Amino acid sequence: MESNSVGLVTPRTFTFGSVEEPMVLESGRTLGPVDIVYETYGEPNADRSNAILICHALSGDHHAAGHHDPHDRRSGWWDNMIGPGKGFDTNRYWVICSNIIGGCKGSTGPVSIHPATGEPYRLAFPVVTIGDMVEAQKRLLDHLQVRRLYSMAGGSMGGFQVLEWALRYPERVRSAICIASAARLSAQAIAFNTVGRSAITRDPEWHAGGYEGRGPEQGLATARMVGHITYLSEILLDAKFGRRLQSADRFCYNFTNEFAIESYLNYKGSAFTERFDANSYLYITKAMDYFDISRSYGPLKQAFARVAARCLFVSYSSDWLFPTSQTKEMVRAMLCNSKPVSFIEVDSPYGHDAFLVEEEKLTRIVSGFLEGVAR
Amino acid sequence: MNTQYVDRLSRTDRDMILTLVPEAVRVLDLGCGDCSLLGELVAKRQVRGTGVDINGEQLVNGLVHGINVYQGDLDEGLVDFPDQSYDYVILNQTLQVVKNPLLVLNEMLRIGRYGIVGFPNFAQWQLRRGLFFGGRAPKSPSLPFEWYDTPNIRVLSIRDFFDYCRQQRIDVVQARYLMAGRWVQRFPGMVLTNLLAHIGLFVITRAS
Repeated sequence: MESNSVGLVTPRTFTFGSVEEPMVLESGRTLGPVDIVYETYGEPNADRSNAILICHALSGDHHAAGHHDPHDRRSGWWDNMIGPGKGFDTNRYWVICSNIIGGCKGSTGPVSIHPATGEPYRLAFPVVTIGDMVEAQKRLLDHLQVRRLYSMAGGSMGGFQVLEWALRYPERVRSAICIASAARLSAQAIAFNTVGRSAITRDPEWHAGGYEGRGPEQGLATARMVGHITYLSEILLDAKFGRRLQSADRFCYNFTNEFAIESYLNYKGSAFTERFDANSYLYITKAMDYFDISRSYGPLKQAFARVAARCLFVSYSSDWLFPTSQTKEMVRAMLCNSKPVSFIEVDSPYGHDAFLVEEEKLTRIVSGFLEGVAR
Repeated sequence: MNTQYVDRLSRTDRDMILTLVPEAVRVLDLGCGDCSLLGELVAKRQVRGTGVDINGEQLVNGLVHGINVYQGDLDEGLVDFPDQSYDYVILNQTLQVVKNPLLVLNEMLRIGRYGIVGFPNFAQWQLRRGLFFGGRAPKSPSLPFEWYDTPNIRVLSIRDFFDYCRQQRIDVVQARYLMAGRWVQRFPGMVLTNLLAHIGLFVITRAS
């Protein structure tokens, strides 16, 4: 383990609500009890004013940094950004990352046991929204006695949560970093989510959500393949794979995994089924589809008048899933309200995935911004 | 030697701009580079500032100092900034390097009540002499570039600037000229001013 790793970490679970006193969701349905799995890195200061909340994206979880055991080859999903001396410097800040409700990594979701039946919820799980995810995080922060976050950050769907926080609880967010995100999910992004969900629900193994065991692996793998394409860029695919063939140098004239890109996507698709639940994929993508600041808070200019946090927006030049134009829309709304806002477009060939891999550039931006927040 | 001289020039520019900006106003700096001018304005004039530059790497320095930054290309306009949302918009040593200087000037006065524009005077006598006698593209300590590597693609004089302002009904509220290393506020006659000034610095506003 490198010296700038947060080292070994243990996830914790916070439970709130009950069958009698459940959480009321945006849809009007209820959920309780609710488990929230989370990890923390670094130490809180005396008045807990150095807390930073990290919000994960579609396929992420609470394990953002460090390792779960010494032999673990995989580190947390944002390990390149969180640690001693890193962008989110754990020598200075107390970093918290919690797992969204509706997911399949420990927080209450469709794979959790339904208290009324003793069986997994599956499709009996209520549809949750980004607002519901934030509401659950807020209960966690109350429990952790964090009155006001020094900052919070998230990319993609994580950015949705950051925005929802800044609008719903302006007094509790001192600063916010919204990366490769948007004020609403675009029709194009909903379209790709639709294809993904359709691949799952058309898989005969789905059984209307009632599958046991591994379930609609083919559908889930296809959903991930489509998703994965949207996270990359044409220029990157060309550079990394081109038209290269995986093993032979002549065509086989059959339907095996011939092209390198074919083989890569198939690998990514099946690897995903090892770590993700198909029903969760339906729930989370639906929560993304529903996200629309204007629907909840009015036209953007009006909505952003609520924001009290100093905000930093970061976009990536080759991201076509959450393009720069969608980030600028929010920057404009902040400027219209004379709110403190910064905007940087990072030049990168990595597409939407850039927020996970361009750590060198993001580190400078994030650590600079966090430093400036105290001034 | 040239770079030192240029640094000193930019230092003296900044000192003069500091005296032109009132306290506690909202300032937008176009082509702000590493935000060092804004940093000084925040520290000494308690302004609320935002810096705009095309270079995101440089802007990070502004973030560190708590300055709001916006990465953008001035040549594409500044549509994200609402009308009259700043008191002062600064464009120092930038007018001569943009492709669409008229767009930039218009945007300045749309977004801000006042504009502060500073640029090198290409009609200064040393430059004229170089062109006239040397027969070569003009160079001077403040403009040390070769024709092929100069960032200055818009060659204008103080007289040109006044002509343009008159045409566009822009008021020049204040003027400062750098002559032989000293700032001068008034000088008898445009002909001499245009001959002697290395740099012109102007506070402009849209005539009401």
